[in-house]
Amino acid sequence: MADERGWSLGLGGGDLERLLAEAAQHKGESLWQDAWRRLRRNRTAWWSLVFLAVFTAVAFLAPLLPLPSPVTLDLQLEPQPPVAPWTELGRHGFERDYWELSWIDERLVDARVALFGDWQTGPWLGTDAKGRDILARIVWGSRTSILVALAAALCSLAIGVTYGALAGYLGGAIDNVMMRIVDILYSIPFIFVVIFLITIVNEYRAELEDTYGIDRETIFYLVIGAIYWLTMARVVRGQVLSLRHAEFIDAARVLGASTRRIVFVHLVPNVLSIVIVYLTLTIPAVMLFEAFLSFLGLGIEPPKVSWGLLAVDGSEMVNPVRLYWWLVLFPAGAMGATLLALNLVGDGLRDALDPKLRGKD
Amino acid sequence: MAFALLGLAGVLALGLAAGTRLAPADMTYNNGAEVSTLDPATVSGVPEGRVLKAIFEGLCVKDPRTLEPLPGVAEAWELSADRRTYTFHLRADARWSNGDPVTAQDFLFSWRRFLHPATAAEYAYQLWYVRGGEQYTLLDDALEYVDGEEGPLWFQELAPGRVRVGFAGPELEVLAGGRTLRVDARDGERVARGTALCRYPFGVDEQGVYLPCDATVLRVNPALSREVDEVLADPCGAQWLAELEVDPAALAELRAAGRLLPGARYRREVVEPHLLGLSAPDARTLVVALKAPTPYFLQIVAFYPLFPVNRRNLDEARERWPGDWELRWMRPENLVTNGPYRIEFRRVNDRIRLRKSETYWDAANVAFDSIDVLAVDHLGTSLNLYLTGALDWIDRPITNVIPRLMPREDFDPQPYLGSYFYRFNTTRPPFDDPRVRRALSLAVDRRAIVEKITKAGERAAWGLAPPGMGAYPTVETAHARSGDVAADLATDVAEARRLLAEAGFGPGGAEFPTFEILYNTDQTHKDIAEVVASEWKQHLGLNVKLLNQEWKVYLDSQKNKDYDVCRSAWIGDYADPNTFLDMWVTDGDNNRTGWSNARYDELIRQAAAESDEAARLAQFVEAEGLLLEELPILPLYYYSTRNLVNPRLGGFHANVLDEHFPKFWYWKSDAELARDRAALPPGTVLVDAPGPAAGKYAPAARTEDR
Amino acid sequence: MLRFLLRRALWFAVTLWVVVTVSFFLMRGVRGGPFDGERALNPAIERNIAARYHLDWPLWKQYLQYVGPLNLDEHGPRFLGGDGSELLTGITTGDFGPSFKYRDFSVNDVIGQSLPISVSLGFIALAWALLLGLSSGIASALWRGSRTDVTLRLAATAGIALPNFTVAGFLVIGFVFLVPLLPVAGYGTWRHLVLPGFALGAPFAAYISRLTRTGMLEVLSHDYIRTAHAKGLPPRIVLLRHAIKGGLLPVISYLGPATAGILTGSLVIERIFAIPGTGSHFVNSALNRDYTLAMGVTILYTVLVYGLNTLVDLAYTLLDPRIELEQS
Repeated sequence: MADERGWSLGLGGGDLERLLAEAAQHKGESLWQDAWRRLRRNRTAWWSLVFLAVFTAVAFLAPLLPLPSPVTLDLQLEPQPPVAPWTELGRHGFERDYWELSWIDERLVDARVALFGDWQTGPWLGTDAKGRDILARIVWGSRTSILVALAAALCSLAIGVTYGALAGYLGGAIDNVMMRIVDILYSIPFIFVVIFLITIVNEYRAELEDTYGIDRETIFYLVIGAIYWLTMARVVRGQVLSLRHAEFIDAARVLGASTRRIVFVHLVPNVLSIVIVYLTLTIPAVMLFEAFLSFLGLGIEPPKVSWGLLAVDGSEMVNPVRLYWWLVLFPAGAMGATLLALNLVGDGLRDALDPKLRGKD
Repeated sequence: MAFALLGLAGVLALGLAAGTRLAPADMTYNNGAEVSTLDPATVSGVPEGRVLKAIFEGLCVKDPRTLEPLPGVAEAWELSADRRTYTFHLRADARWSNGDPVTAQDFLFSWRRFLHPATAAEYAYQLWYVRGGEQYTLLDDALEYVDGEEGPLWFQELAPGRVRVGFAGPELEVLAGGRTLRVDARDGERVARGTALCRYPFGVDEQGVYLPCDATVLRVNPALSREVDEVLADPCGAQWLAELEVDPAALAELRAAGRLLPGARYRREVVEPHLLGLSAPDARTLVVALKAPTPYFLQIVAFYPLFPVNRRNLDEARERWPGDWELRWMRPENLVTNGPYRIEFRRVNDRIRLRKSETYWDAANVAFDSIDVLAVDHLGTSLNLYLTGALDWIDRPITNVIPRLMPREDFDPQPYLGSYFYRFNTTRPPFDDPRVRRALSLAVDRRAIVEKITKAGERAAWGLAPPGMGAYPTVETAHARSGDVAADLATDVAEARRLLAEAGFGPGGAEFPTFEILYNTDQTHKDIAEVVASEWKQHLGLNVKLLNQEWKVYLDSQKNKDYDVCRSAWIGDYADPNTFLDMWVTDGDNNRTGWSNARYDELIRQAAAESDEAARLAQFVEAEGLLLEELPILPLYYYSTRNLVNPRLGGFHANVLDEHFPKFWYWKSDAELARDRAALPPGTVLVDAPGPAAGKYAPAARTEDR
Repeated sequence: MLRFLLRRALWFAVTLWVVVTVSFFLMRGVRGGPFDGERALNPAIERNIAARYHLDWPLWKQYLQYVGPLNLDEHGPRFLGGDGSELLTGITTGDFGPSFKYRDFSVNDVIGQSLPISVSLGFIALAWALLLGLSSGIASALWRGSRTDVTLRLAATAGIALPNFTVAGFLVIGFVFLVPLLPVAGYGTWRHLVLPGFALGAPFAAYISRLTRTGMLEVLSHDYIRTAHAKGLPPRIVLLRHAIKGGLLPVISYLGPATAGILTGSLVIERIFAIPGTGSHFVNSALNRDYTLAMGVTILYTVLVYGLNTLVDLAYTLLDPRIELEQS
């Protein structure tokens, strides 16, 4: 916490401003501390947070785990049902077969090979029709889904907060026009925009990759993020609107602080709580949107795998001739548990950060 | 309050839903997609064809088993000795649903309408086998045409006294077949009336294109091809002949004398009566003159774009709704049809309700009173609807359950006249090297694909044209075929490695560039691409990426040759090798690989004009052999049909075009069903066969069949 | 009030114009045309088709023709076979043109047929969502922190934790295969709409439940509720008369976007349950490059979102007199 005060002071300008900022920071600090305490007391939210942390760690360390490759094909006539770990814990025969991995992931795979050799876990959750291990696909798919969600959320954060805070702070005619633009964008069916952007991106993929080093996935994340900033902008603008005539803002203005400074140093930290709450709610929405795009066949490319892709594959299996239940249940379970946890954390954070509820528990 | 309102709304919604209730039809099947139109002239798809076959009838129909032509509206026909003229005799009792008799004039009207550029028929080229048909379509109404000795020419007045001229008229068609032009006119030259602008060989003589008035040549089209065939492909567009300066008074004089006719008049007064090979000597006789002998012409006559439409239907609609008659005449309440069924009800993306037509000449042999045609595009949903008894026929179950469907009596995949293959972009290195293409082709284990991915008894393909086209044999590209699968694959892979090394790639050579397999959004295409990519990686060490594009973008990429390797397929329109092979000629519209082979082009052209059937097939065999030697394509497998059909449905037969004819359908009685089941091979799993126990037979069906 | 409506109308016109213009040019910027097919067309035939639908005109002219109201085609609107005497055309006259994909129908026909179906499905979904969302939200606010609260919140959150096609899959397994109660898909009777209505309403129920809970909690902490309690009113009356009215405000404001979302977000549900509604046209028309239909549904969506939001703002003032229209 001392650090946080440090950065505020480090950025401080005049004496009075520093004083005011310190006062504001002091208040903020107790808010965060209080929120943290309240979050820990909310058992559902706390365990959800722990679950998410473990889950993120597993996703990050996926290359290190002794899982089969999520890619190697072993064509089968039919998907193979799960084999319980106590029946078959694992087997040999791991092949180093992935899409192009990052440098870190390559080192992790090196470590995995050093640790486990060619030993890999058995098909505990079954395989799909192409003989690929469902557990491995769920774990590797989580990486894609988390990446999509985080990238899109950050993108929406960057655009939405800036836009909303500026509109709210500047107010008047500018605010009016900026918000009308948001209204107009709201009225365009975003699915059109996505289809168009994805097609256009595909068209220029070679140029983008060669010239700018941006791959298709990155653009995919940005596109989704670019859609989700609208609500964020509205929320932030509403908050800033109620704060722009607060005394500490007037004081900063009197002291000659620039607009940029006022918006980013004084206003944004004060709306951070609502932004965080909204962010935890955006991430599940983005994950569902990724699944929706996969349903339309506009998702990420094989051999890469995402939860959306797995969920779609599973939903295709619903029929009374032969229900390959492991293809339906496990991906849905992983996705459901994660999104549930995210939502619960979001709820918990909102409760914890809502000043009106403070001290009432 | 809010609850009360909502309750009200809910009741309203339910009422709305219940209000549209329809009594169940006798039979229901899934068409897979909404039909784009019911106008026979402008359709081009399988779902549309299925509905049109129920509501219209052409001169011939097809035998549901063999697809041989059977009498339809025509009760008999003859072919002239030179095999260029068909005479169709129409039956006297053929009726439209408005009571009018179906006459030869109806066909004349419908086929001219089909060819007419204003109709903009996608399939118009199917009738270009008729003499003058192609030029009839390509005539541009915005131009003027010379009628008389001179010509064949069209005129377009760019400015007063300044005209552009080009080749015109069906007369030119006799020239097709590899002739070359010699352009005589020079830029700036003064040309007198009656002078030839250009010449071409004709038999032993030379013929020319002459001017009907004096003129000065301003410039000859620099882009004009010297190949008559190329000129004929686009005579009113890029292939104009020259721009001239003409005295405006001379033009006015020609017009006054009726020598220079506006397009519409030229079509009506010159082409229709004199040049187009269609005529109707009386109401029950239709004479069709062909450009060249066309062995599969009767199959085309039975093809749905050539079904007739009712002229009164269109004329009345045009009169009543001048603004939107083109939509109105096809409304269920207005559409006049001549087939076994008529449209009773239609809702976009939901269903078409067919009702038995009482005016149909053979109504006594039609069993069902009503048929529902659904437009469910989700494969899983379609399968579930079938399995819960809501549908009686679907043509595509999801691939994953096929192993479970195989032993069932209601699933019986049969050879289908379609081919699945990859195109190589031969304009892009390294795919411009035939050795590379051969190597890539050899290193794909087709058996794994047909057994583990498509699963419905598809046959591994080493050639393009599928078996099942009469006397045409299966032509294959060279590969190991000892019969031992593993050994064959090993031999082929070794050969592939050798070919790649020979082409300069692999150990000691250059690194093979990373490339992409392009496919359109679809589970099976994705699966196959994954397998092919992984085999190329495993066997040849190549880095392959997959690129999925939605349908329209995929088509555009293919058309503009913006791909490396691209998933493709071709379904035969009729059972003749021509439908698979004529597309690969140089710059053919459907070639899309950039591949070109002069000998191949020549063979296809010869085959089109060949009147000896055996010689014609031999030319096709040689052509396909050339194609498979150079492999601009990578054949993967020949299709199978995938129909899941209620075992009670009678009159539904497998055939190589997977065409089915509602006219012959009926419900079998329990007795007939039991008889048929007794003949099934042992091990067949019997399934529930919903439907009336007594069956539902056509009024004229023989009682001993029931 | 009148001034508010007028201002809204003006902004509506601007919004609509921007949406129409942007979508028109966006759509034409994407590769592929409405008449591209597996089989290439002969260039001359392709020209004939393009001429029939005015696709051979320069884009600006097509745009002007599409928007109207002046008919720029001296030959008459060829695609509808007019005789050339019509002076007016385009969307400003209410004519959305012919659909390029469903060639027997005009865009007005297609929307006219499918919208009532989507509306009836939407109502059922919304009714479900409100019934479940409100009751669970109120219950969970009243017994805040109790086991009931936790259970209800978990159940409500489950609605936004799974993609709706997965939810639909589970529903089909449960109510069609395991317990054969309902038809698997199709459209015709009310029974066909139960499962899709539920699957469509589930995420909205979840949101409504959370909004209700939050709104109720806030209202319950207000002084006037305490006063009501202090006056000795029975808790049931306090809840129904005072608390619900205030607590519902956030739900009302959510209903605008939710209704538009239900009507258009039903794409996946409509596909899985084979319901011939409008939702499928939103994506399919774009994928088919059915320019006119895509524009038609875009305009429909804009009108819906804008109209419903205006209605919500009006409803807000009726429920809460403290809010003035000019502010919103």
